[in-house]
Amino acid sequence: MPKLTIDGVEIEVAPGTSILQASEMLGVEVPRFCYHDKLSVPANCRMCLVEVSPGPPKPQASCALACADGMVVKTNSEMVHKARKGVMEMMLINHPLDCPICDQGGECDLQDQAVAYGFDRSRYHESKRAKVDPDIGPLVKTVMTRCIQCTRCIRFAEEIAGTPDLGLVNRGEDVEITTFVEKAINTELSGNLVDICPVGALTNKPYAFTARPWELRKTESIDVHDAVGSNIRIDVRGGEVMRILPRLHEDVNEEWISDRTRYAHDGLKRQRLDRPYVRDPQTGKLKPTSWEEAFAVVAEKLLSVKQGWKAALVGDLCDLESMVALKDLMGALHETNLECRTDGAFYDASSRAGYIFNSTIAGIEQADAILLVGTNPRWEAALVNARIRKTWLNKRVKVGVIGEAVDLTYPYEHIGTMPVDLENLIKGGGNFAAVLKNAKNPMIIVGMGAFQREDGLAVQALARQCAETFNMVREDWNGFNVLHTAASRVGALDIGFTSKEGFDLGKVEMVYLLGADDFSMDYINPNAFVVYQGHHGDAGANRADVILPGAAYTEKNGLYVNTEGRVQMARKAVEAPGEAREDWKIIRALSAYIHRQLPYDDLFQLRERIAREWPHLMQIDQILPAPWSEFGKPAKLAAAPFVAAVQNFYMTNVITRSSLTMAECTKVFLHGDVADNMVGAAE
Amino acid sequence: MLADRDRIFTNIYGQESYSLADAKKRGDWDNTKDIIARGRDGIIEEMKKSGLRGRGGAGFPTGMKWSFMPKESPDGRPSYLVINADESEPGTCKDRDIIRHEPHKLIEGALIAGFAMGAHKCYIYIRGEFYNEAMTLVKAIEEARAAGLLGKNACGSGWDYDIEVHRGAGAYICGEETALLNSLEGKKGEPRNKPPFPAAAGLYSCPTTINNVETIAVVPTIMRRGGPWFAGLGRNDKNTGTKLFCISGHVNKPCNVEEEMGIPLKELIEKHAGGVRGGWDNLKAIIPGGSSTPLLPRSICDTVLMDFDALREAQSGLGTAAVIVMDESTDVIRAIARLSFFYMHESCGQCTPCREGTGWLWRIMQRMVRGNATVEEIDTLLELTKEIEGHTICAHGDASAWPIQGLIRHFRPEMEQRIMEYRKMAA
Repeated sequence: MPKLTIDGVEIEVAPGTSILQASEMLGVEVPRFCYHDKLSVPANCRMCLVEVSPGPPKPQASCALACADGMVVKTNSEMVHKARKGVMEMMLINHPLDCPICDQGGECDLQDQAVAYGFDRSRYHESKRAKVDPDIGPLVKTVMTRCIQCTRCIRFAEEIAGTPDLGLVNRGEDVEITTFVEKAINTELSGNLVDICPVGALTNKPYAFTARPWELRKTESIDVHDAVGSNIRIDVRGGEVMRILPRLHEDVNEEWISDRTRYAHDGLKRQRLDRPYVRDPQTGKLKPTSWEEAFAVVAEKLLSVKQGWKAALVGDLCDLESMVALKDLMGALHETNLECRTDGAFYDASSRAGYIFNSTIAGIEQADAILLVGTNPRWEAALVNARIRKTWLNKRVKVGVIGEAVDLTYPYEHIGTMPVDLENLIKGGGNFAAVLKNAKNPMIIVGMGAFQREDGLAVQALARQCAETFNMVREDWNGFNVLHTAASRVGALDIGFTSKEGFDLGKVEMVYLLGADDFSMDYINPNAFVVYQGHHGDAGANRADVILPGAAYTEKNGLYVNTEGRVQMARKAVEAPGEAREDWKIIRALSAYIHRQLPYDDLFQLRERIAREWPHLMQIDQILPAPWSEFGKPAKLAAAPFVAAVQNFYMTNVITRSSLTMAECTKVFLHGDVADNMVGAAE
Repeated sequence: MLADRDRIFTNIYGQESYSLADAKKRGDWDNTKDIIARGRDGIIEEMKKSGLRGRGGAGFPTGMKWSFMPKESPDGRPSYLVINADESEPGTCKDRDIIRHEPHKLIEGALIAGFAMGAHKCYIYIRGEFYNEAMTLVKAIEEARAAGLLGKNACGSGWDYDIEVHRGAGAYICGEETALLNSLEGKKGEPRNKPPFPAAAGLYSCPTTINNVETIAVVPTIMRRGGPWFAGLGRNDKNTGTKLFCISGHVNKPCNVEEEMGIPLKELIEKHAGGVRGGWDNLKAIIPGGSSTPLLPRSICDTVLMDFDALREAQSGLGTAAVIVMDESTDVIRAIARLSFFYMHESCGQCTPCREGTGWLWRIMQRMVRGNATVEEIDTLLELTKEIEGHTICAHGDASAWPIQGLIRHFRPEMEQRIMEYRKMAA
């Protein structure tokens, strides 16, 4: 453990700690541009210079210099100041003074550091350099003249995203960061380039010129576009969500978010349900109505349709509270036809260990062999994939895939595409059986693609068998993982929003859809009365007889349980539009109309109700380890190959389907169209 | 003046062929097996005794450098010897002639040095423009291999050793040792941050020593004649042995010449290069060690000695010992401006001060050539060189700063006069 002195304070650090990191531990700020704690260290910006003795009589880059015993470091000496001022001057000579029209203005590292180390005027009287801006796709805007060549973006694309599309071409002052051939950088993490760029060279394209950081109100919340539960910050101006940024959570999303999380929010402004509607029996068309009338119609049906002939379905984006309220409402009517697995996945929900990501996302880094079954993590949970890639980068974890052979950004062994390939693996066939057998912490990740088929239960049983065969479940390690795609799912399964026996949607007379859009409405009995409660006019609203406008995830406080079983709290950033209300309140109000008033008047009472029955769901940011037990049902396996659950990363739910940005991405990345009229500034 | 019997490079002018047969006649490959039989420590000890300092420019003691290599590989990583033949420093052409006329000295040295650092593989990274030299080198290696001097059980020493020649693509920065390694690995030629030093993590993250061609080529002779013989040559025990000097510019007979370390600059030029064009009094300035070292005015050239420490005392450096002579007809400001352009053009662009600063220096220098500047800008220029110097990953930043610092140090009045003249003309 090297012991050193930084600015007169002694500190003992772990071997390998850089001086910059040690300084940070002491709260000493060292300016930097190229250094980023999740990326490799090139030490090229030269801003973090410090004075180190013993050593050569010149300042050293603190980001790349490991602490050694007996070092005396000065981060604030005259030599250091002079060096940093010099570097800053060099940095600024070719940087345009366009802060007033730069989107990074107000949150720019260069701007901030220039205040500390810059001169008040330039000594550079020569002509400045200008660069061509490459078009790198519909999400990231480039103004390369502002670039300070810190290469963070190159390192991010290479190391984290695994798509080495960016590079530094030419040399000397002609160096340019660009895609080698003009192309859109095809990664679902591209938005993070905007965050890591310390200047305004890479900015958020759809957000361009729309707001200034100091105008924004910031709300810390949770993302719902996949089941990862990325921690986000929602930036709002007035009643409008302007942008979404990641928040640091080392165990979930580190400091990245996927492009869907970041860019789909423009879908919150379109196709919104902002008032209740009732279908006119004469014209067959939906007509606006009042809450009272809508509730009266729904209540009449709820009371008149006999028990056993009603059903309630919850969709992918629902918060835990509204699902509990709906369950309580149906329970008050003794109705048990509840279901959350609207994606057509068959799996056993009786054992919690059988449907959560037991290893945890951070636990992926402990794994030394990973088997992916029926999943494309890159599209289903981009950050889980990033974690697997990180593990591969750090220790070359061995990955095997049973399912579609897609580019996952790391090499893997493609074992097969069918359930029978998994069966053979369990029997010890092929190379990968040996890999799993010899692994210390083997892991299986089963995607929804493995369950969204007739033999889903049998596949689940097979996956359990695989986990048991390869000793994946031990006292200190559980390598059985299910990767969900819906933010609401694990919460719904935890509260038992499922039906054990199943029911036939084609027979029930009344269906209550809580944000359930992502299945074919043709399954529903054509004569059934359908209530749709949700925030977007999509499939469900189209089929509905009554529409109750609810709130989207940015518009309500709510709990979400991610695929790991981690409970996280989302916070309200804006008001729901028009007459739309928070979902649990709608259900609570409806309960009064059927004379079975739910026993909670505010969110806290509702959460107390949840805590009484499911104490683990009020343990925020905690994961309740699930005991291992039997699940799944061995049966005959179908001979159909696994198909991943997500076929278009950019369009997975009602919000993304309403988003222009996501539509543009679909066009560019999936259909390969050249983005001629990109959204963004024009929007 | 160096006695003929103490000359190492006896065929530097190519009177005889470079072939193995002729090289053997000159004494190369004579009982190399016995040298290797002295063992790693014996060889390194002899090198330390010789006081040889790296001939690539920095002058780091070679024996000490070799001793940094791990004695035994703790984790199975191999060790490598990399020979830097990317001779690109303007004014320098010594390695070129060694490879042209004395390649077997280099190859034999590579074997001894490689053995001394536990390497079985040596890479020679040769400047891309040296096409013919690379062919010569490859041929010489093939000769040595065919004669059993390289390959399995090289020279019957029991040590397996082979050499591979890799041609660069003409980037000056690839002569910087870590940029060279990156280039050798197939990456962009950008210098690496140090530490870790190559001896800990070099080529493919394995322990590596990078030596200049001349350093390696003198090794066999030192081993044969003994470290004390080499140390006996030269001015003092810090500046020992012989050195190839490349004399170019305004002299009557530009040449490469092997001389004793510490020879007076004036004697070197008068004796070997036929003197300065138009006589010593016609001398304006001399760049003593390749383009990156600060120039020296005649007053210093009169007495200065050509070795590492004497030139350091004169605020310049021995560098590669490429003596560039400029007589009174030279526009010294323009000469240095041209060097500034070179350093701007060759900057890899990786780190800020060098990437931005070299271009800035050149632009100011261009104006200085015409005199289209203010006297205060001379101070700015000097300050800028200090902002670059010592703040970069590699020494390219320093190399771009030193020539200008030398110019301002010794020729400031001329720069000021140029500015005044321009003002007068403009008025």
